[in-house]
Amino acid sequence: MARKITLPLTKELAKTLHAGDQVLLTGTIYTSRDAGHKRMCESLAKGEALPFDPTDAVIYYVGPTPAKPGQVIGSAGPTTSGRMDAYAPTMMSVGARGMIGKGARLPEVVEAMKEHDGVYFGAIGGAGALLARCIKECELIAYEDLGAEALRKLYVEDMPLVVIIDSQGNNLYEDGRREYLEQRDSNH
Amino acid sequence: MREIQVSELTNVIERLCIEANEHLPEDVKCAIRTCRACEDGEIAKGVLDNIIENFEIADRECVPICQDTGMACVFLEIGQDVHLTGGDLTEAVNEGVRRGYANGYLRKSVVADPVRRGNTGDNTPAMIYTEIVPGEQVKVTLGPKGFGSENMSAIRMFKPSAGLQGIKDFILETVETAGPNPCPPMVVGVGIGGTFDKAALLAKKALMRPLDSSNPDPFYADLEKEMLEKINELGIGPQGFGGRTTAIGLNIETLPTHIAGMPCAININCHVTRHKTEVI
Repeated sequence: MARKITLPLTKELAKTLHAGDQVLLTGTIYTSRDAGHKRMCESLAKGEALPFDPTDAVIYYVGPTPAKPGQVIGSAGPTTSGRMDAYAPTMMSVGARGMIGKGARLPEVVEAMKEHDGVYFGAIGGAGALLARCIKECELIAYEDLGAEALRKLYVEDMPLVVIIDSQGNNLYEDGRREYLEQRDSNH
Repeated sequence: MREIQVSELTNVIERLCIEANEHLPEDVKCAIRTCRACEDGEIAKGVLDNIIENFEIADRECVPICQDTGMACVFLEIGQDVHLTGGDLTEAVNEGVRRGYANGYLRKSVVADPVRRGNTGDNTPAMIYTEIVPGEQVKVTLGPKGFGSENMSAIRMFKPSAGLQGIKDFILETVETAGPNPCPPMVVGVGIGGTFDKAALLAKKALMRPLDSSNPDPFYADLEKEMLEKINELGIGPQGFGGRTTAIGLNIETLPTHIAGMPCAININCHVTRHKTEVI
């Protein structure tokens, strides 16, 4: 049974989320992927402010398809998170606590998550048409020249996610697979 | 000799770009549904249910199945009795991609330079593979290829002494390394033989073959079956959350090769394995 959660992703809320939890997330999130993260981290290195307030923020790693007339946004599933590993610890150090994506993370990202009470959520990769339905508002806020990679502010309702890595460092990719194999082998 | 205007090719490619991105092939849908029936775990079943719901929404509403609408891989089998006229073939293909990605509201995911980057803004250039074949038709296959899975692909130049076991181990190692990154359940395309570059092309072509077909050589047909079973014993499961369904299909294509070598390429694709063919 999925648990409903509402943003912002405070430290207190983050600590109640555990790897393997299925959640329905409601609130404001920001989109960014490769080129956007590079630019944001360059800004931070120069002492400049980010285009949004990162405190307790959740970043969705996505580059949507263009909206058709009448649509809020086009198809919008997650991209592979590992490409943002180089930037994620910096983003968490300025307060961005949540990440939504898919795929494995490096140990240094997990360490930063433990330090900053970060949470890594998984959305279903390749389910862009389904996920777009949870996105109720979409506003382009920066880096328009990056096209699909521009920064967008989204309002999502009941976005179906799974906690992949929690703030204690538990990892569903490891635990889920191990549990499946143990159960399968015990049935034989 | 049959004359075909390249503008006709442009129109076909525009249509195929859109249709391939909105409608998953029936054999892929069928394979996903079959795998759903074999899963026990709550999370694995839920993921596959969502994947099925997703392609049904895309079908019904004519929207892209996935936001990574890929690089446009265009396979052209050109009959040797065809005369393509009215313009440059490559430009005609790119114009079809340009129109398809604009008019279909598909994502433009191509950068002009691999190191210096910079989006081309229209998803061109396409990756074009031409083959001259007998006849007076042009067979066009368009396969949009996403890079979450492309990035997990691999190629290895084996010594012949590595034998069949070397190839089996390499397939499992590549899938294991890919893990949750290529949006499992995945489709695995294997190319064995030829040269370094031909092996990679075979692997990509293997992804264009229907999942309910087998290699015509019983030796490789058995190997396809065996390796799919072995992959599905790894436990990676849908999205890597644990479960039976790590792959929904594995196709092998081969070519003769050199006495000194045994190239093997593995092209990984996700559950959104898209391709559409039209004959002109």
